[in-house]
Amino acid sequence: MSRIHDMGGRLGTGPVDPQDGYDFGDAKDWHKRALALNVACGFLGQWNIDASRHARELLNPQDYMAFSYYEKWMGGLADLMVDRGVLTAEELASGQAAGLSPVAARAAKPETVEAVLMNGSPYTRDGAAPRFEVGAQVRTRKPARNVAVPGGHTRLPSYAAGAVGEIVLRHGAHVFPDSNAHFKGEAAEPLYAVRFTAQELWGTEADPRDEVVLDLWESYLEPVA
Amino acid sequence: MPHDHDHPHSHLPSDPALRVKALETLLTDKGLVDPAALDAIIDLYQNKIGPQNGAQVVAKMWSDPDFHKQMIENPMPTLQEMGLYGRQGEHMVFVENTEDVHNMVVCTLCSCYPWPLLGIPPGWYKSDAYRARAVREPRAVLAEFGVTVPEGQKVRVWDSTAEVRYLVVPQRPAGTEGLSEEALAALVTRDSMIGTALALSPATQEPGA
Repeated sequence: MSRIHDMGGRLGTGPVDPQDGYDFGDAKDWHKRALALNVACGFLGQWNIDASRHARELLNPQDYMAFSYYEKWMGGLADLMVDRGVLTAEELASGQAAGLSPVAARAAKPETVEAVLMNGSPYTRDGAAPRFEVGAQVRTRKPARNVAVPGGHTRLPSYAAGAVGEIVLRHGAHVFPDSNAHFKGEAAEPLYAVRFTAQELWGTEADPRDEVVLDLWESYLEPVA
Repeated sequence: MPHDHDHPHSHLPSDPALRVKALETLLTDKGLVDPAALDAIIDLYQNKIGPQNGAQVVAKMWSDPDFHKQMIENPMPTLQEMGLYGRQGEHMVFVENTEDVHNMVVCTLCSCYPWPLLGIPPGWYKSDAYRARAVREPRAVLAEFGVTVPEGQKVRVWDSTAEVRYLVVPQRPAGTEGLSEEALAALVTRDSMIGTALALSPATQEPGA
């Protein structure tokens, strides 16, 4: 069911390399350029953050594993631009622009780009009052899936599907990625931080002291009597 | 949406540096990208935003009880006033390490990270290994960072699945009474605010309890 990006709990990845921790200033030039291109293209207003995440998730598993981090970003960006009609596949293949884009006026400008980024883009919305109190026991949807779009975007990781946890924070109503990623509207829902024991998620081999907390939207959750 | 079995990106050159260059040139020719705006974005995240921002907040939380209360109860208005706000940091939650709990942060689904307070995430944070293992065997991952969690301290891992961004407030090291906020901030490393390190000891400049 789940796509390759759903990494939580996956076995066999090997150790973490804490030295792979360069400052952005030390990154390769093309890494910086790739990050800046992705940020700048967001200014065109032709998609949203959930759609751009989903575009990266749709990379086929071979590409996803073979690509370095910024290659995934570039792959997702190119696919998204063609899908949204900002570029054509022919332009991408030839490298030749077929004229100026109709959305060129929205391009990020050097004199204002910093102010726009520092202005933020909040995801809280007016929305329904939360159904669950802090301390309530809830069970997550199983399987983890987008119920409106088969194979669509969701932010419920598969390792946390069908698990019982406790509401620890109420974050207010937030834009719902399962809808927004598919341009079906923001459909804000109450968002919660939900705490699970490590053993609930991983079984008895997990340390009985430990916990994992995830941010989960209300429709991912059902009450536990 | 892009679809399965339909991958226009395969038209781009296979060398990643050339691929980026090709896309930048094409987008510039279409008027969709101004290379000077890309320079400005890089300058912002390379020179103006980074873990020094988060360290300033942690040091002030250690020093100033009123500020600490604001950061725990309702941090965003104050962070906005301080200019420590922006994309990928609109909804901050500070989680404090204590003798009972060690917190660490991961994004198993992608690479969510509090940009305005920590900058662009390090390579390991975005690696498959960290994303896979931080939730399943956090103590083993911490050991790879040289952190041994004491008996009796639980590990609480925060998986950033939404637009809320978590920042770990490490325990204030011993022997730091009377230090200025500036001196304290120098002890607060990037990794200590992700939860894969402890704050530095003032005596040794090594991570210590």
